[in-house]
Amino acid sequence: MSITLNFQDWLSLLMHFVSLSLLAVGGAITTAPDIHRYLVDEQHWLTHYQFTSSVAIAQGAPGPNVMFIALMGWNVGMNAAAGMTPEPNMLYCVMLALLGVLVTMVGIIIPSATLTFFSTQWAHNNRELKEVRAFKAGLAPLVMSLLVATGWLLTGNHDNYARDWPMWLLAAVTTVIVWLTNTHLLILLTAGALLGAFQII
Amino acid sequence: MNEVPAVRNAPTSNADLFLSFNWLALQGFGGVLAVVQRELVENKKWLTLEEFVEDWSVAQILPGPNVINLALMIGGKHFGWRGALSALAGLLLVPTILVLIIASAIAGVADSEAMQGALRGMGAVSAGLIMATGIKMLPALKTNPMGLVACIAMATITFLAIAIWRLPLSWVLLTLGPLASLWAWRCITKSETV
Repeated sequence: MSITLNFQDWLSLLMHFVSLSLLAVGGAITTAPDIHRYLVDEQHWLTHYQFTSSVAIAQGAPGPNVMFIALMGWNVGMNAAAGMTPEPNMLYCVMLALLGVLVTMVGIIIPSATLTFFSTQWAHNNRELKEVRAFKAGLAPLVMSLLVATGWLLTGNHDNYARDWPMWLLAAVTTVIVWLTNTHLLILLTAGALLGAFQII
Repeated sequence: MNEVPAVRNAPTSNADLFLSFNWLALQGFGGVLAVVQRELVENKKWLTLEEFVEDWSVAQILPGPNVINLALMIGGKHFGWRGALSALAGLLLVPTILVLIIASAIAGVADSEAMQGALRGMGAVSAGLIMATGIKMLPALKTNPMGLVACIAMATITFLAIAIWRLPLSWVLLTLGPLASLWAWRCITKSETV
């Protein structure tokens, strides 16, 4: 995919992640549907395939799952490099991709990290306070639901159920296995990779 | 059963924080919660189990990645903002480089049928993992002061708004979040006056 990003676009990218940072209650992954809406559906800076594979690779690699955002930034940067004429050299492509990583990661982390740093002392000292308990209790069902909605949107393009049903089946089976057993995630990811590689799904 | 000993250690320096959180991140495939507890409570003994549960719940209430919030809290508690930054860098630096290397290594063969299929399969599995993480939180809703029915109703509305109607997350959270918190406030107040 090749796209053109001007300074204004990079700024919009940063601001979108800044605005999502403080909404990422329950973990970075709960912002995934909104990132999809913005990057894939609205701006067309990222393909659906790049989006889902970023999440999949980040899940399969070690580290916090917020890494999926670094990968999306990387891909947006790469797409921007591909849209340049004349086509830039390899080093320039990598620099642009790293700029994508920096912009998205700084955007998603700095606001929430600042808030966390300054408010944890307060929250810790006031954990019995009714405001703190009400906030926590009120958000619990929303956080739960956001995770399910994220998985739902990640499963596939919702345009061809007749073709994609094996994907839905695999996602559903995984859900049940993870829910009810302690199977290591790497085993499941490997199984998914093999099923896909041999075109079974 | 693992007895948590009364002995409690502390990180010795910013470098210790950096290396400890780096080691923790590199062990965390998919879910990090189990690793965090094993490392910080059982191996390092930086926190008692009770302190861990408290800190973890605060890390979850606040926006942002949970493990990052926890790292900021622990780093900040021992060495102020320098400690928080050391822990944060430890958690992110090496994993970022690793994930970019993995992604680039895959990019060379990304167009092959097999690799496309493998990523599609991994994508469906990670979608299932995320849904299961949400479903596993259901038992916690039973003790929610709002009651299970109200919780399920709110969860359903949230799901419809995000997954079916595709509304922006900010709209959904900024309208439903305060409403739900106010309702929880009411329920807590009522249960305390009885």
